[in-house]
Amino acid sequence: MKIASKIYAGLVFAFLYAPIFVMILFSFNTTTSTSVFSGFSLQWYKSLFEDEATLRALYNTIILAVSSSVIATVLGTAAAVGIDKMRKGPLRSGLMATTNIPMMNPEIVTGISMMLLFVFVGRIVSDDAVLGFGTLLIAHVTFNLPYIILNVLPKLRQTDRNLAEAAQDLGCKPVMAFFKVVLPSIMPGIITGMITAFTLSLDDFIISYFTSGPGFQTLPIAIFSMTKKRVKPDMYALSALIFVSILFLLILYNLAQAKSEEKSKKK
Amino acid sequence: MNNRSSLGSKLVASPYIVWSVLFIIAPLIFVVYYSFTDAAGNFTFENIMSLSKYAPTFLRSIWFGIVATVICLLIAFPIAYIISQKTEKVQRTLVMLVMLPMWMSFLIRTYSWMALLQDTGIINNLLGKLGIDPVHMINTSGAVILGMVYNFLPYMIMPIYSVMAKLDHSMVEACQDLGGNRLTVIRRCIIPMSMPGIVSGITMVFVPSVSTFYISQKLGGGSFDLIGDVIERQFQQSYNYNLGASISLVLMILILICMAVMNRFSGDEEGMVI
Repeated sequence: MKIASKIYAGLVFAFLYAPIFVMILFSFNTTTSTSVFSGFSLQWYKSLFEDEATLRALYNTIILAVSSSVIATVLGTAAAVGIDKMRKGPLRSGLMATTNIPMMNPEIVTGISMMLLFVFVGRIVSDDAVLGFGTLLIAHVTFNLPYIILNVLPKLRQTDRNLAEAAQDLGCKPVMAFFKVVLPSIMPGIITGMITAFTLSLDDFIISYFTSGPGFQTLPIAIFSMTKKRVKPDMYALSALIFVSILFLLILYNLAQAKSEEKSKKK
Repeated sequence: MNNRSSLGSKLVASPYIVWSVLFIIAPLIFVVYYSFTDAAGNFTFENIMSLSKYAPTFLRSIWFGIVATVICLLIAFPIAYIISQKTEKVQRTLVMLVMLPMWMSFLIRTYSWMALLQDTGIINNLLGKLGIDPVHMINTSGAVILGMVYNFLPYMIMPIYSVMAKLDHSMVEACQDLGGNRLTVIRRCIIPMSMPGIVSGITMVFVPSVSTFYISQKLGGGSFDLIGDVIERQFQQSYNYNLGASISLVLMILILICMAVMNRFSGDEEGMVI
């Protein structure tokens, strides 16, 4: 049984990593072929760093992910604090139901629904194309918000309400009490939400595809237009680099977590 | 004091309330508006009436979505169980390994599968070396379903695993003590207790599978049009927003119905685990 489960786990992980292995292997190929490996070369990595359009798209993607996750974190944390204090009623349950819409709806429907809004308003406001950085930012903030709210709300529920009151009795103004007492205790939820939002935004293709214009391309959109023809192995090289950096970050994160757990066990 | 803070709390949430009305509710109203108007903005039922010719595509999407979801469930349940039985340290590493592929662009990963599955691709090259005749895999319905299973499998493994990791082990032991053999323990004890994870896993795989459009184009070679492909074409090629909106509206309603049916079958499990 033990051996069977090991073999099974091995097969599942082989399945999950097969295309990634192919991608990394062929990023070192000497030719553009993605099925015959003819020799080792670093030329695709070199051409990647010379390709300005791709680097520009990578830069755009990071700017968009940072700004959308920061805006969503501020808006979403404030929303969670407000929702947490609201009494049970139609406003609260309506807000929670609305929050779930972007998570439950198929991404393509979210994408086209926002596109319809932008195009309709755009026709009224100006003749120019409205789709660009602004609309992408709105779309990304919108699909990031639920992840912030749903990560922060449980932490707020766990926070002892008396603490904030105690701080106020000791002379803190309500705002001060929030920043000094409540915020530190919900920080883990805020950070988890923000990291989730950031990674979702980095990787999003479907919603971006419908809400972006030709003026502002993100990496997934650039990749999409490339895969319409043949992917050059420099895309493989870029993905391999992203893979290695994420692997590195995850290992660091895990080591840090293991360490902090050990510490708390010793206490 | 209390009154002021409750007013304050509404003020704190108000930017989000405005945001969600403008960018969550209003877009959905536009979907309905475009579904029932023509290009000039006049009220019409024509878009909805013309949908009958897409019925086979809808059926195929739902069928592929169901098959992909069932395969994901069959693969994910044992692997989630295996992971949950390991020590904490190993669990953390394995969970990381399950999530890692999700951070790669799904476009590139799907494209990579093309390289694997092609008639002269890597798998057929390897088979050839073993003396086996090439197998035609790309541009088949199997390839499309494989692409769905591959892309969405982690969404099934994660919620099931996170429920199993928190399972009360004394319950499992009690089940064994009462004379259950391995299979009975799994069927009568572990499956019912993991139900919340299974339900949210099914949702998280089924919804993106039914509505996908990239996978079918790349791995199906255009001969297995899914409903997502039809919607994408209306918005990015033929610019018939009204027809596109009405297909999306029907897709949304169909998914809601499927979810409602599934929730009925899964009993009154309310706690969704994400």
